[in-house]
Amino acid sequence: MSGTRSLDSAEALTVVRESITAVVPDADFTRVRPHDRFRDVLELDSLDFLSLVEILSEQAGVPIDEDDYPRLTTLADSVEFLVERTKQYEQSRR
Amino acid sequence: MAEFTMPSLGADMDEGVLQEWLVAPGDRVGKGDAVAVVETDKAAIEVECFTSGTVGRLLVEPGTRVPVGTPLALIDTAQAPAAQAAEKPTAEARAPGARTTRTRGTGGAGAARKGRAETPAGRAAVHARVRAPKAAAVPEGLPAPEPTEKAAPPPPSAPPSPPPAPAPPSPPSAAGEPAAAVGPLVRHLADGLGVDLGSVHGSGPGGRVTRADVAQAARPAPARRRVTPYARRLARDLGVDLEGVHGTGDGGAVRAADVRAAARAAQAAPERSRPAVPVRARDGGHVPAAEAAAVSGEGARDDGRQREDAMRRAIGELMSRSKREIPHYYLSTVIDLAPAQEWMHRRNRGRPPSARLVTAALLLKAAALAAREVPQLNGHWQDGAFTPGTGVHLGVAVSLRGGGLLTPVIHDADTLTPEDLMATLKDLVRRARQGRLRGSELSGATLTVTSLGEQGVEAVFGVIHPPQVALVGFGAVVERPWAVGGLLGVHPVVTATLSGDHRATDGAIGARYLTAVDRLLHEPGDMPGSTIEERE
Repeated sequence: MSGTRSLDSAEALTVVRESITAVVPDADFTRVRPHDRFRDVLELDSLDFLSLVEILSEQAGVPIDEDDYPRLTTLADSVEFLVERTKQYEQSRR
Repeated sequence: MAEFTMPSLGADMDEGVLQEWLVAPGDRVGKGDAVAVVETDKAAIEVECFTSGTVGRLLVEPGTRVPVGTPLALIDTAQAPAAQAAEKPTAEARAPGARTTRTRGTGGAGAARKGRAETPAGRAAVHARVRAPKAAAVPEGLPAPEPTEKAAPPPPSAPPSPPPAPAPPSPPSAAGEPAAAVGPLVRHLADGLGVDLGSVHGSGPGGRVTRADVAQAARPAPARRRVTPYARRLARDLGVDLEGVHGTGDGGAVRAADVRAAARAAQAAPERSRPAVPVRARDGGHVPAAEAAAVSGEGARDDGRQREDAMRRAIGELMSRSKREIPHYYLSTVIDLAPAQEWMHRRNRGRPPSARLVTAALLLKAAALAAREVPQLNGHWQDGAFTPGTGVHLGVAVSLRGGGLLTPVIHDADTLTPEDLMATLKDLVRRARQGRLRGSELSGATLTVTSLGEQGVEAVFGVIHPPQVALVGFGAVVERPWAVGGLLGVHPVVTATLSGDHRATDGAIGARYLTAVDRLLHEPGDMPGSTIEERE
């Protein structure tokens, strides 16, 4: 299902949450507010974060570079990033 | 004839519980093959064989707690014939649960135990008798493994063994290829995944089929079933059998949501949807490795509390001993990581996440190379004297979710390229957290590194793991004002620390070590193994 279609915010949030859950199976999202640094709250180390990038990229069907890492700091940032990137990617493929 | 004994999986281990056998009598095993799962206070560990040969008797029932050094099984190193006259039905060998109810002295485990008390010759005789036919021990549909160079030649001191019976014709494999050497664990993995080993191309040394090959073969094999990569990964992690998952994606493709639904259903109705498997494993039954992994995860949740207590005790004992015996000294230095991160960033650009490095891998690489330069810190304190390590084997402290830590070992870390180091690190951390490490991966560390920085603190002054004589700590990578050549800028920096055993070294040696780490991180491209990578 890894598509190249653009995601809306709700879809992007689902992808972000599912991807985080794949890395941290017992992630408790009630502890993560939209603007919290989820890496800190959920205790993702650098290997976890790399796995997250890998899964996010696969799920959303868009490349994610190291330069994009700072945009994956909070849930809100990540959603915004995915919406934007999937849209760009979809347009570039037309 | 060799005895496979309960190994010591760390300085803090006195005894262990044999949790599960990964081999059955008659299975051929090679040096390094995982043969059993042992539960220590800290984790379930796959333990490996140190000799090649044929598994004879299994001397200890699953679920038994025994001290380190207790013989667990006999390995016949004299010959590893592909087939032998059957005396003992294989079904029995593969169902240890049944063995417990059998009366002793009827030719099974009891006889083997008696045999052990007799002379070596007697032992050999008993052993030769009970060897099960190899071909029959192989799961149906799999070709009988041929004898290969993996089977050890008979050592000169080995008792004479009967000439091997002519091997029966192998059942034809799908590809018609001769079967390459296959370790028992790989065989179980293949069994669990429904992979025909005969059709698997071995990429290991001498055409040996590795676990990766099996995993690879498992992927395209069920082509009729479309599964997203993420769903596949999730299924593996959650222990969900994809065969039973209903796909709701395009063309019936299995999506992550389907896997999760299946996992939830399995949890909601454990009796119905998890037939016998977990129960069998607890009773010591024979389950494929893949299933067993899921099972041990389940068990870990069941007695998570108990496991946690045991782990705290084990850590407590080792650390108390360290603080009691080792006069620690501590050093600390702040290292500019700008060059290392720039190098890494350049290298990672354009690569998929799976091929990228993280800073931790570079720190480990530098720590290992520095240990080679300052060998006084790399080794063990034994009987009042320092024994230098043969090779740099880095213990890497891995914190587990839910508390506790394990320190898997990256052997010969100084010789690995950053890429290999990274791959090894990923693999070890993943398996440490899933509770599936091998014995050799938990022993033999000559120096330990802890990167508590991942948890956000700037510096960590660690406790040395006896009998090692030093521990290296890396804090969080943080941005700080940093002066270079009279100019102030903002640089990523890390605080590197060293805890040293004052019996073995003085602070000056420790200082030399941290200085070496600093220098190496300033020239990441010059670290052996890094330059080739940069050329592409």
